[in-house]
Amino acid sequence: MSAETKEAAEETAERRINMIEAINEALDIMLERDPDVIVMGEDVGYFGGVFRCTAGLQEKHGKTRVFDTPISECGIIGVAVGMGAYGLRPVPEIQFADYIYPGLDQLISEAARLRYRSAAEYIAPMTVRSPFGGGIFGGQTHSQSPESLFTHVSGLKTVIPSTPYDAKGLLIAAIEDNDPVIFFEPKRIYNGPFSGFYDRPVEPWKKHPQSAVPEGYYRIPLGQARHVAEGDELTILAYGTMVHVAEAVAKEKGVDADILDLRTLVPLDIEAVENSVKKTGKCLIVHEATRTSGFGAELSALVTERCFYHLEAPVERVTGFDTPYPHSLEWAYFPGPVRIGEAIDKILKD
Amino acid sequence: MAEPADKPPRGGDNRPALALHVPEPKSRPGDPVDFSDLDIGEPGKQPRPDEGAHPSEMTDLAYGLVRVLGEDNKAHGPWDPKLDPDTLRTMLRHMAMTRAFDERMFRGQRQGKTSFYMKCTGEEATSIATSMALASDDMVFPSYRQQGVLIARGYPLIEMINQIYSNKGDKLKGRQLPIMYSSREHSFFSISGNLATQTPQAVGWAMASAIRGDSRIAATWVGEGSTAEGDFHSACTFATVYNAPVILNVINNQWAISSFSGFAGAERTTFAARALGYGLAGLRVDGNDALACYASQLWAANRARANKGPTLIEYFTYRAEGHSTSDDPSGYRSAQEREEWPLGDPVKRLKDHLIEIGEWDEERHAAMDRECAEEVKETTKEAEKNGILGHGLHQPFRTMFEDVFEELPWHLKEQAEQATRERIKKFGEKGPNR
Ligand SMILES: Cc1ncc(C[n+]2csc(CCOP(=O)(O)OP(=O)(O)O)c2C)c(N)n1
Repeated sequence: MSAETKEAAEETAERRINMIEAINEALDIMLERDPDVIVMGEDVGYFGGVFRCTAGLQEKHGKTRVFDTPISECGIIGVAVGMGAYGLRPVPEIQFADYIYPGLDQLISEAARLRYRSAAEYIAPMTVRSPFGGGIFGGQTHSQSPESLFTHVSGLKTVIPSTPYDAKGLLIAAIEDNDPVIFFEPKRIYNGPFSGFYDRPVEPWKKHPQSAVPEGYYRIPLGQARHVAEGDELTILAYGTMVHVAEAVAKEKGVDADILDLRTLVPLDIEAVENSVKKTGKCLIVHEATRTSGFGAELSALVTERCFYHLEAPVERVTGFDTPYPHSLEWAYFPGPVRIGEAIDKILKD
Repeated sequence: MAEPADKPPRGGDNRPALALHVPEPKSRPGDPVDFSDLDIGEPGKQPRPDEGAHPSEMTDLAYGLVRVLGEDNKAHGPWDPKLDPDTLRTMLRHMAMTRAFDERMFRGQRQGKTSFYMKCTGEEATSIATSMALASDDMVFPSYRQQGVLIARGYPLIEMINQIYSNKGDKLKGRQLPIMYSSREHSFFSISGNLATQTPQAVGWAMASAIRGDSRIAATWVGEGSTAEGDFHSACTFATVYNAPVILNVINNQWAISSFSGFAGAERTTFAARALGYGLAGLRVDGNDALACYASQLWAANRARANKGPTLIEYFTYRAEGHSTSDDPSGYRSAQEREEWPLGDPVKRLKDHLIEIGEWDEERHAAMDRECAEEVKETTKEAEKNGILGHGLHQPFRTMFEDVFEELPWHLKEQAEQATRERIKKFGEKGPNR
């Protein structure tokens, strides 16, 4: 956070909004500032999106700037590539991250590589927004966390906010970015942070300091982690919903944890990760996605490569299980306080 | 480094500016509704080609509307399936039962007994009449709005409710979103939440049946909005290339969540006409006319059984209720649409027909509605003994790790132990779900 934006945040500390509203504001501002910005997706126009993130935008900016699309994710992303090649900055929405797969080829083989294969003659400056993650009884087709599929693709940036303040600033930065960005919105915390101790209801953002969101334009550069808590005992690396769960567990256990919210997975703020792990000597990684080949594996490898001689315990991962997302057992699947607590105990014992 | 110019390239300024067309439905909330431009045609006037006809001989049928039941409540023309009164009454009962079921399950969701529900109100004929025209062992690949198929196939209501409640009795072990049923015994494929994926799968099943020299055919149902997915177009290509014994049913209920059918291309042509470019037989049918639905499905089934090829059928109907329990249609469409819908209500039309031919009356109908409501209510109570979703974790934790693979690999074994440890910590040794 630059001094300037920090000041702005403090000034408007009273204005608390939720993540949905923050995303809406970011889109509104960018549609206003830049005539090249286009918002499109299933149901995003007149209705304003099934989660209401685009509510009111079509009315305000017109229907050639904000519009509904056919139910065709490969069409949505493919069209965005063409628009980007023309010079626009499309912000397509995929209604649920679980439905991005029909658009994968356009995203992986086309959008992500256009700059490279054309020697920067063409670029695909698009931001694919998509709600992701579980905890809303969405069953296996409305709950997945597929971020590691995207971090594995060269040429894509992956962003995941965990607060309304970050959601707005990061989305603005993503839209301004000249590379394709995938912007995953943790839908579990659209309306408020989630401690993980109680299944529901969530604590509304209205009561939360990190939902103080300044009006108007500000950006949070991609590639910078957020220091959630300073501590010496161990480092916790998390993003999205799990930032809040990890924070609550550390507090509950009275552990002096150094908690980093990664905010962008690619590019990763490796410096912040290294500094923290070198300080604490211990590292716990928490994510909701399934374990095997998840982004935690990448983080664990990086930490081991770069901080091996500072480590005082093996790097631990707390993740979702390697099963599809089970509808009725989602609270057993979700990496909650017990799983995180056990991992913390294990690391600290070493 | 080469970045594109700030301003997009522009054509010569003396040439006319291009304009983007974004479809817009004819009415929005608060607007009056006018369906007068719909060309719905007179019942009985549409020709019924031979079931082996070449698609090129029947292009008109892809643009018209096959209709049987007239304003006079009589059946008309060559598409009249001439069903006996018992079959008609069975059809009517399945439709009434589906409606009663939807009512109660919708209410159950509002009462927190489950997370989600989707009604098919107004579309009952498109699943019930159509599946009654198929053989019970023909394989069906439905979408999420074809609960009527299960009801018509005699699938026990209690199994449906157990699934919806994700309770102890749920044969799918609480894994699927409510209404995402599966029953191999009833030749009913497992429903996916990912739209249109079932369409090439149905074609594949039909191809397999042909490869094996089987006699069973396949049918699939997909929403008009979902025909925009690539899967649907792949399905059409494979169906035609291999002459697969399959029926592709497109349920055009006018709305895909908040997006009207224009966002799937309905402003330019019909969904049935999609068939023509692929060389498939294409029929466009009054989806609120149970007799027309039955007759067209039977026509396509006979065609497939005779190795004469696949058929794409568009059922022109109207989604009378919200998309699901998560949406409020008053936010995007005129409340008047439902009332003004010119093709009426499928249940009422079939009822009126039966009364017209002297095989039914209002008293019997009211009694049947009461019986259906009562049966659903009783069955719901029965199912609730197995638990409701709101009360949480009904399945033993270990079931979460079953069926990921045929055998449990080491990493899932470890994770299953982890889940059990977590349960004991959270709930104690005597806690739920051992
Ligand atoms: C691949 C995919 N994309 C998006 C969705 C979200 N979604 C669920 S239902 C729906 C609308 C489908 O409309 P239609 O095909 O017309 O069927 P209807 O609901 O009207 O029966 C959408 C967009 C999804 N389930 N799958």
